[in-house]
Amino acid sequence: MRAFLEISKVSKYFPDPRGKGMQCIFKDIAFDIEPGTFVTVVGHSGCGKSTLLNIIAGLERPSDGGVILDGKEIDAPGLDRMVVFQNFALMPWLSVYDNVRLAVKAAHPQWGEDEIHAGVTKYIEMVGLTGAESKRPAMLSGGMRQRVGLARAFSVEPKVLLLDEPFAQIDALTRGTIQEELLNIWMRTKNTVFMVTHDVDEAILLSDKIMLMTRGPEAEIAEVVDISIPRPRARTTVIEHPHYYKIRNHIIHFLVERSGKGHA
Amino acid sequence: MNSSLTVRNEAFRIGMLSSIIFLLAMFFWQIASTPSVGGRTQGLPGPLAVAKVTWEMLSEPFYDRGPNDKGIGLQVLASLGRVAVGYGAASIVAIFAGVMLGLNPTLLKAANPYIQILKPISPLAWMPLFLYTIKDSTGAMILVIFMSTLWPTLANTAFGVSSIKRDYLQVASLLQLSWWRRFFRVILPAAAPTIVAGLRISIGSAWVAVVAAEMLVGGTGIGYFVWNEWNNLSLTRVIFAILVIGAVGLILDLGFTRLAKVVAYTE
Repeated sequence: MRAFLEISKVSKYFPDPRGKGMQCIFKDIAFDIEPGTFVTVVGHSGCGKSTLLNIIAGLERPSDGGVILDGKEIDAPGLDRMVVFQNFALMPWLSVYDNVRLAVKAAHPQWGEDEIHAGVTKYIEMVGLTGAESKRPAMLSGGMRQRVGLARAFSVEPKVLLLDEPFAQIDALTRGTIQEELLNIWMRTKNTVFMVTHDVDEAILLSDKIMLMTRGPEAEIAEVVDISIPRPRARTTVIEHPHYYKIRNHIIHFLVERSGKGHA
Repeated sequence: MNSSLTVRNEAFRIGMLSSIIFLLAMFFWQIASTPSVGGRTQGLPGPLAVAKVTWEMLSEPFYDRGPNDKGIGLQVLASLGRVAVGYGAASIVAIFAGVMLGLNPTLLKAANPYIQILKPISPLAWMPLFLYTIKDSTGAMILVIFMSTLWPTLANTAFGVSSIKRDYLQVASLLQLSWWRRFFRVILPAAAPTIVAGLRISIGSAWVAVVAAEMLVGGTGIGYFVWNEWNNLSLTRVIFAILVIGAVGLILDLGFTRLAKVVAYTE
């Protein structure tokens, strides 16, 4: 049986900035994601993990290899995948409501006004933004903006949700709250999620599997760590789990010592 | 409390300075309008004479006593009508072409030298060509206005669209927006502040161009009025018309300042 989301020997080369041929960002990345699982790639900045996410999104093309989602090769963006961006990427000229509405309407072109309104309201309520519908993103805090980003992404009901360091620009205190909210939403929707982050605690809290990516150039997935901590999870209970610090230390050791491939 | 006091103080000083500038202008105008000793020049019409004509002209703006004697309101409306047609058509063309160029960096670079050559040409330089080809003075005037307003809007639109943040376009393609929705929901609002800045420059050029074009080939319009009153040697009315041209230009500009506020957004 084929995997739900199959990343098959994907490589990416960029023109070398010094003008000497091509530079390999990562090479022969291969893994499968089962439906309904939350998989995270952890790696240093610049290892190409966001490029990998963009390839799955269809925003960039791989230099080699391919991505197969539900039996179909990905060669362009589509409504079966939706990205939550690190910098939120909300339309600043649209209200919270209209930002979500743009997505709901795109995902359901056959819906009438009433259905669209019900859909938008549902997802705004889901992320706890009821009452802020008419505000523009500039009037919101980072945490609230990313709630809009999450509402927009979930409202498309994608087969795969792609989270690109979604909470990196949110202050530390809010970050914990919104991570937990995402966890609760995900427990209900059970979307397939592919996330990239460099926040180890975030990865452990949210993921079923964590893939450790080495530093570029020629980055690769060195190891896959299964997170056996049972769900439902919460920030306070996760850190009390006997495996938590073992997993955490293992990943940190990897990032500090082994990810460099000799030239860190 | 403190800051509102400072603001009021500032507003007072601006008002004072404005009044001083006005009084100085009136003073020099009055000097310029005094006949020279010995009576070799008569001097310009003074402020009072112009105020009197202004009152007369504005109290009956829409009279029509034949081709060379129409109220100022009719003349201004004739000019504004030409501007509306030429400016409207040029804006639509410029915005669509600008979006195409802005989304296509290669095409923009290829077209840029030609835009740069065409941009500094005075729109009036095209007048003989237009008169020769379409043989209609009204059409030629409208085309001159078209040429005067095309380039600022085109250049601003192309620049505004080419500097739209990549994120917005990525979201548009992730959501698989149709060309139409992408254009009206993402590209236009994202570039709107820059486009409106271009439209504002363009309406200024259009208003400048229409006066000059009407002086050359008009038969109606505020520019024709100026030329006609010069031929009648009525400098009082010429000065009055200059003030009207300024006032209408100011109102047009204020409209676009309003529009700029509507389309502005903060990231």
